[in-house]
Amino acid sequence: MKRKLGRRIFLTMVSALFALSFLMPTILTISNSFMTQSEINANYGSVFSAASSGQTYISDSVNLKFIPDKVSLDQYKKTFIMSPEYLLKFWNSVILVVPIVVLQVGVAAVASYGFSRWRGRVRDSIFFFYVILMLMPYQVTLVPNYLVSDWLGLLNTRWAIIFPGAFAPFSVFLLTKFMRRIPVSQIEAAKLDGSSEWQIFTRIYLPQCRSALYSIAILVFIDYWNMVEQPLVLLDNADLQPLSVYLSTINANEIGLAFAVATIYMIPSLLLFLHGEEYLVEGIAQSGSVKG
Amino acid sequence: MSMNKSKQKAVARRWTPERRKDFLQSVAYLTPSVLGVLVFFVVPFGIVVYYSFISGPADPTFVGLKNFRELLGNYAFQKAATNTVTFSLMAVPLAVVLGLGLALILEARIPGKSMFRTFFLSPMMVPVASVVLVWQVIFHAKGTLNQFLELFGVQGVDWLKSPFCQLVIVVLFLWKNLGYNMILFMAALANIPKELLEVADVEGASAAHKFFHIKLRYLSPTVLFVTILSMINCFKIFREVYLLAGAYPYEGLYTLQHYMNNTFTSLNYQKLSAAAVILALVMIVLIALLFKVEDIFGKDVEG
Repeated sequence: MKRKLGRRIFLTMVSALFALSFLMPTILTISNSFMTQSEINANYGSVFSAASSGQTYISDSVNLKFIPDKVSLDQYKKTFIMSPEYLLKFWNSVILVVPIVVLQVGVAAVASYGFSRWRGRVRDSIFFFYVILMLMPYQVTLVPNYLVSDWLGLLNTRWAIIFPGAFAPFSVFLLTKFMRRIPVSQIEAAKLDGSSEWQIFTRIYLPQCRSALYSIAILVFIDYWNMVEQPLVLLDNADLQPLSVYLSTINANEIGLAFAVATIYMIPSLLLFLHGEEYLVEGIAQSGSVKG
Repeated sequence: MSMNKSKQKAVARRWTPERRKDFLQSVAYLTPSVLGVLVFFVVPFGIVVYYSFISGPADPTFVGLKNFRELLGNYAFQKAATNTVTFSLMAVPLAVVLGLGLALILEARIPGKSMFRTFFLSPMMVPVASVVLVWQVIFHAKGTLNQFLELFGVQGVDWLKSPFCQLVIVVLFLWKNLGYNMILFMAALANIPKELLEVADVEGASAAHKFFHIKLRYLSPTVLFVTILSMINCFKIFREVYLLAGAYPYEGLYTLQHYMNNTFTSLNYQKLSAAAVILALVMIVLIALLFKVEDIFGKDVEG
């Protein structure tokens, strides 16, 4: 009994240690966004050396701090009032990611019904191909994406990212797995009642997949909210860049601002996480095998 | 009897009006997605394969494997490829072992379990771009890690510009991916028949015995799945490297995506195409392995 208690204490401490290191970068970013510019310079001046030029005081080494000396909203004020370009980039992210999530899940809902309702060698092979395509890294898919965008004249427009995103097979893969668990007896019963396929799809399948659709939407959202590769290759125009890319180009003079903008950028995905953690976990657990 | 059955089968295969209707319906539902995949992925990839064998889009002479030979002989490509390999040799075992470790910890009875799960999973939801400042502060030459090492009299280095640079990315990789792997392992642990573990308890089996002889047997497909998934994820570390060290990082951090981006800038289609084709082949081998693993172990555990 005693040994068990000791083990539990040990495991709790290990968990706490891991939890602390997992949370630390996020918490630091948020807490540092409430520092004044002078405190940021004092703490991190030596790292982001360009920030130190002309400033009053720079310590020789950095000072990673959890709690600001003085909580201030200066950086947020600056972001919202004096630096509209960051809000613009945030908006760029929104109008790239929201259409992708909506279109990808929408296209996938229809296709997944096709893949789960009717089986057959050809349909199963196409599904198998989707799984392979899903697992391909950007280094493989970006070259074809670039070529099509070039031919269709979409390069340097948002559509160069939205279209491939809309048809990316990830959602089809996951949703088909969920839909294949719906018992055939329900379809047969609906057919006896004279329902059309479209009615079966919208009245039986979609309502039962509501939570699956939500988990997939969360997974797609975080993937694209975090995107870097596609905009770098497909969008030359800095005005169209999403914040996930633009954040890294923030001038060293504006490190304080960067913390505030970084915090603003995590808010949508963190809110989604806090609200939908159970759905997210279910979605991940379902992705744990590549067989349909 | 058997005659009867085969007759029935033949009837079922026949192109009846009902089957025709079913076929057309399924086509209707699949068309939007299949069309999009064809236009944006499959057809252009066919062109990519074509480009990889010709001298250039403007000069379509067939050059055989010349582009591939040039690519494989290219120093930058070699560097990027070996970097990816050494990175995965470090990152993949850790991603599997630590992911499993976290899942096992959360399976034990500790207080605040669901809270810990939330904490472990949270990095997945934080955009890398948002936390990159903190990582820079930690791993800078005058950064937090070096200050900490100094306490023990260890002289630090500028981590991102040192031979240890890949370790930094390994840390970021684990930070980001461990939560996902943990969930996969937790799902697999939940599927182990409880009776087996109870019997083992009654027979007085040790925790280690239960782990190695019961759990690991049931977990082995997931272990392999996570291994291969992590290998695939190693191709995606460009994001972290780019945000942390930019488009021209220290040599040890040069990734395949850096190579691709630079080749995009020079618009060298043959090279880009050859690189995409080679990578696709490597991925297909990895993915085939993944399917094989599921085939073998799927049966083993069910049976």
